Amino acid sequence: MALSAQQIPRWFNSAKLRSLINAVQLTKCFARPGRTLLHGFSAQPQISSDNCFLQWGFKTYKTSSLWNSSQSTSSSSQENNSTQSSLLPSMNEQSQKTQKIPSFDSELFLEELDELPPLSPMQPISEEEAIQIIADPPLPPASFTLRDYVDHSETLQKLVLLGVDLSKIEKHTEAANLLLRLDFEKDIKQMLLFLKDVGIEDNQLGAFLTKNHAIFSEDLENLKIRVAYLLSKNFSKADVAQMVRKAPFLLNFSVERLDNRLGFFQKELELSVKKVKKRREFVYFYVCKFTFMLTANKRKLTETFDFVHNVMSIPHHIIVKFPQVFNTRLFKIKERHLFLTYLGRAQYDPAKPNYISLDKLVSIPDEIFCEEIAKASVQDFDKFLKTL
Amino acid sequence: MGSAGLSRLHGLFAVYKPPGLKWKHLRDTVELQLLKGLNARKPPAPKQRVRFLLGPMEGSEEKELTLTATSVPSLVNHPLVCGPAFTHLKVGMGHRLDVRASGVLVLGVGHGCRLLTDMYNAHLTKDYTVRGLLGKATDDFCEDGRLVEKTTYDHVTREKLDRILAMIQGSHQKALVMYSNLDLKTQEAYEMAVRGLIRPMNKSPMLITGIRCLHFAPPEFLLEVQCMHETQKELRKLVHEIGLELKTTAVCSQVRRTRDGFFTLDSALLRTQWDLHNIQDAIRAAAPQVASELEKSLGPQLDTKELPSREWSWESQGPSFILVPEKGAGH
Repeated sequence: MALSAQQIPRWFNSAKLRSLINAVQLTKCFARPGRTLLHGFSAQPQISSDNCFLQWGFKTYKTSSLWNSSQSTSSSSQENNSTQSSLLPSMNEQSQKTQKIPSFDSELFLEELDELPPLSPMQPISEEEAIQIIADPPLPPASFTLRDYVDHSETLQKLVLLGVDLSKIEKHTEAANLLLRLDFEKDIKQMLLFLKDVGIEDNQLGAFLTKNHAIFSEDLENLKIRVAYLLSKNFSKADVAQMVRKAPFLLNFSVERLDNRLGFFQKELELSVKKVKKRREFVYFYVCKFTFMLTANKRKLTETFDFVHNVMSIPHHIIVKFPQVFNTRLFKIKERHLFLTYLGRAQYDPAKPNYISLDKLVSIPDEIFCEEIAKASVQDFDKFLKTL
Repeated sequence: MGSAGLSRLHGLFAVYKPPGLKWKHLRDTVELQLLKGLNARKPPAPKQRVRFLLGPMEGSEEKELTLTATSVPSLVNHPLVCGPAFTHLKVGMGHRLDVRASGVLVLGVGHGCRLLTDMYNAHLTKDYTVRGLLGKATDDFCEDGRLVEKTTYDHVTREKLDRILAMIQGSHQKALVMYSNLDLKTQEAYEMAVRGLIRPMNKSPMLITGIRCLHFAPPEFLLEVQCMHETQKELRKLVHEIGLELKTTAVCSQVRRTRDGFFTLDSALLRTQWDLHNIQDAIRAAAPQVASELEKSLGPQLDTKELPSREWSWESQGPSFILVPEKGAGH
């Protein structure tokens, strides 16, 4: 490999991925003690890959000038290095770096580079070579936060610019390690293009990836199959996009699990026989509008349902019309219902006068609720709450 | 704003705990809301870091390389990389309320948590309204517990109830004096006892300093109880025992604390008011009263500027009784 000392930095700049992988192999060769969380990430991508050589001091320097000397086919440089031992293999081949060089106590080279006799650090070098020694502080080999690596990893920088919250992802060590190893161009870009294909907008990608960082470990083929399944259930592309946006983990569910959940909701709402024919449209409408229910907590749902049906005495067919009651907190429904009962205005039967619909009960803010529905002031509502 | 906000976040305040909410969840919710408010301030300007780049020197004919220092933006302080500025706040809890009970609950933030200990050591009384239901008995004395017995209650009248309550108050008065470790033979002690100002300053079982019936409409009745060292379960048991004394049975349908020491319903914050701004105002409003009441309760201190502490300079053990008249103490 015809490398000159000047070309070395550029070579490293271009071999990001290789250096990533090789670094892993490097660290495997080394017995590095005390490696904890984000391990295997010593001396990584692009610019600072030179650091790994400088970390080990003069040994690296020897290496770089070794390459220099390896260019010259003459053996004059060999003579310069004659002080070193001659355990090294021939320089013409790109051999595996498995042998140990005596003055090193660890492997140092990347695979493609030749083994060369080491130089003494006291040897004078030219200005040009001196200028090309990059001596940035080394990256920590292991860390609990991605902050240490963000300035040196293009992948992480691009993710931050997309809007992904790294501080949340670094809490999950597997996901963080995965992100450090992935290459933006190769792996992440495919995933992003797939997500854009599903229908998630650019500005929503960040939020989606923050919530569902595990999606990088999913197989792209499986994801495509699941999206195809949803589309086969007569949901339009826009609906699938909205579903995925509202419930990011939806794509992580296997097809059987998705099927089970849809079936569960059909049963829970006890659709009558007549509605069996309309079931498909209902589920379609329902799932699109209220995707949260597919991922909601079953116990809380049943508590809310129990209160709304038994205490407020609202029949099923009315509950079905307003599924958003299941998305509001139970205490809100309770407080407002009790206030209306106290005032004598709790009328939920559409046939009777002064009817109050369920969606008005739950979705409007407090001030408007007090003024228009309850026809009382907010202070009265507060006083009532303090008597509960 | 953030640091200024944090500096104003030390002290005691009261919230109104709604029924059905665990006290721990309430404490966590309050902490989350405070953190939300504190983290809402503007993020700092992006940091820059210096990098030395290799490039050809300007104005030279040969391809000579030189290092130039450039300042590039660094993402180290970016909010998406560091996360929120505040992740934890010390929020302490005063006298607890169980899940089914509701009412005034005192919380402390930051340095105010120390004052919670002082409040506990002041052994102040608390006011409750207890709603009872005649005619049935359950295993946990609550309305929705497992039914044990059903009885009639036609024979119960207001007079009978008042008589029973007076009896209860009398017996607890005796217990009050006993647990105060007070020698009633002295003149001062006698005068205090006459005025009804004694209460124990160390651990004791539940003691009722006052109880009366506010409303009686069988099967429902409403009691006002003033007590100390109580738990809500003991109050429900009290309702059950009142039922037994009335030769019927009763369960408790509501336990609501209306006063805890010097925090009343008026100053208690409702759920919608559990945010940074309201809590800071509540702390500021309650601060002077907290300081004066604790100072009075824990005895005179040499340095009146400091808030009272537990150390006593002139006695190895603190006095076991206290002379301070309280707001709404007894009848």
